[in-house]
Amino acid sequence: MTAVRVGAVSGRLRWRPLVLVVAGAALLALVAGVAVGLGDVPLGLGQVLDVLLGGGTRGQRFVVLDLRLPRVLTGVLVGAALGVAGAVCQAIARNPLASPDVLGVTWGAGAGAVTVITFAGSFGAVGGAVAGVAVPAAALAGGLLAGLLVHGLAWRRGVEGFRLVLVGIGVSAVAVNLTQYLLTVGDVTDAARAVVWLTGSLNGRGWEHAVPVGLALAVLLPAALSGTRLLGALQFDDDTARGLGVRLNGARGALLLLAVVLAAVATAAAGPVAFVALAAPQVALRLAGTATPPLLGSAVVGGLLVAVSDLVSRTAFGGVELPVGVVTAVLGAPYLMYLLVRTRREARA
Amino acid sequence: MGLRAARLSLLLGLLLAVVLASIALGARDIPPDGVWKALTAPTGTEDDLVVRGLRVPRTLFGLVVGAALGVGGALMQGHTRNPLADPGILGVTQGASFAVVLSISALGVADVRGYVWFAFAGALAAGVVVFLLGSGPSGPTPVTLALAGAAVSALMNGLVSALVLLDRQGLDAFRFWQLGGIAGREPVVLWQLLPFLLLGLALAAFNATGLNALALGDDVARSLGHRVAATRVVGLVAITLLVGGSVAACGPIAFVGLVVPHLARALSGPDHRWLLPFAAVLGAAVLLAADVVGRVVARPGELPVGIVMALVGAPVFIALVRRRKPVRL
Repeated sequence: MTAVRVGAVSGRLRWRPLVLVVAGAALLALVAGVAVGLGDVPLGLGQVLDVLLGGGTRGQRFVVLDLRLPRVLTGVLVGAALGVAGAVCQAIARNPLASPDVLGVTWGAGAGAVTVITFAGSFGAVGGAVAGVAVPAAALAGGLLAGLLVHGLAWRRGVEGFRLVLVGIGVSAVAVNLTQYLLTVGDVTDAARAVVWLTGSLNGRGWEHAVPVGLALAVLLPAALSGTRLLGALQFDDDTARGLGVRLNGARGALLLLAVVLAAVATAAAGPVAFVALAAPQVALRLAGTATPPLLGSAVVGGLLVAVSDLVSRTAFGGVELPVGVVTAVLGAPYLMYLLVRTRREARA
Repeated sequence: MGLRAARLSLLLGLLLAVVLASIALGARDIPPDGVWKALTAPTGTEDDLVVRGLRVPRTLFGLVVGAALGVGGALMQGHTRNPLADPGILGVTQGASFAVVLSISALGVADVRGYVWFAFAGALAAGVVVFLLGSGPSGPTPVTLALAGAAVSALMNGLVSALVLLDRQGLDAFRFWQLGGIAGREPVVLWQLLPFLLLGLALAAFNATGLNALALGDDVARSLGHRVAATRVVGLVAITLLVGGSVAACGPIAFVGLVVPHLARALSGPDHRWLLPFAAVLGAAVLLAADVVGRVVARPGELPVGIVMALVGAPVFIALVRRRKPVRL
């Protein structure tokens, strides 16, 4: 099957993944355009395009360039980063259920960030611009720590997919409980802020959130793409992969690190947006018809998922705006259940 | 049998010591004679008020909920033959939590006698869904059940977040309830829930013989003349009452139901007629001990018992996962 082509360059020229990326990107641009136009000052697609090309009134330029575009762009980039992180994790664990959510990375990042939010608010130790740097930095550190912990604890003469997932559930439980404890330490305004952040929100996101995620993607996506051959080889059992000349544990470690950094950076920008990392690669896999989740396809589908969910969360509940993470969780968890049932049927067939 | 009876009475002695510690220790330590005086001849001193008004109710909550969760976990592990089964891990607790939050925020139910029924319904529904989702062609495996539990928990938590965020006033009370703790609960809640929890414990005791038969495998049990379906239903009702009642009383407390049955099994052996009483006594002792630890380590504040249990229980869970051969039930 497709597996044989993994090492060959010609294998990458199949048309379905390509169509997925091109069509997905076009759809993404359209959704983003609509999202940028939506709000108290409604703008048509044409007006949005006009502003982006340098036209528009001063007010329109402010609304688009300073308020809405960074928010929409943060959502798209966060979704893309989570999609790539999920695709890499799932390929490494050989398990569609492995994702940064399940592996504890996002919750580790959450615990790190909430530490700073509650302590900065309650004790005034960190504030203003410092908090703007400290929250993402703490999220990154927390995510990395959780990722390393899960990898280290799941290690038993190599890493096996299911053990990785189950250890991830355990480490997540610790991170979640630390986070909830921190919520009781702070006062209620901090707690409310932290709860919104923890659910994954794009509210009030600006360029300072979009740029770091964009930079991380710009560096790490090409790195992941250059590891495509490794990911392809990792879908086989360990002996076959070694036979294909892959230095297994080193390669897995490096790719896992890359995925953890992407997920942690995304979490730092928007909070732990649930299930995008899990669902996007699986959707991309089915649309592209490939054996392992396609990286670019997962990025595009992830971006679309977050952009559409944010559009829903802004418009569907009247005056109240739900954090985007609630929408992705409520859409994504049933999808995880469906995956479980499907895996079961395939096992039976 | 003599050995097991001796061990059980030793455990009861240990439980008594933990109960005394739970009444005596805290932000304000009270000497043993002070405790005795407060219990037998109170004169209204501050120590007396703390003991009678705060420490004793709190300790009673710990005893009852700990026993319920220990037995509930042992039942879940027995029925699923799954060493990783725990009401928290399998999403049963979150199902009950969601139903409680829904009844409070959407229907305005304020009384525990009102929302306990929602807790039961939520626990039952989540348990059934997780079991169905996690059952493969050859029955449920530890891994698929844990994953199904993670999926259901995530959905429930997402819905709980949505409800809480749409109703900001509920947030402050909710964040303390959600932590799971036995402190500061209204004593009247305990009396209202006690009948349900006792019924659950009675059904569990009634379930023990059937569970022993099920441990041989459904087919063998059937050929020995056991009514497998009836045993399953009784078990499910007992688990629902024990877990739903605990959540309604004290919020979600994870990992008691996971850790306690493993400790109990090591002391009692696999016979459920012994395992369940061991799990009840140990559950009460472990939960109370965790509560005392949470009070002592974080002075002058305290850590809610749910957090202490998670910080102790999650490493145990990981250790179980790391074992090459899963524990055989």
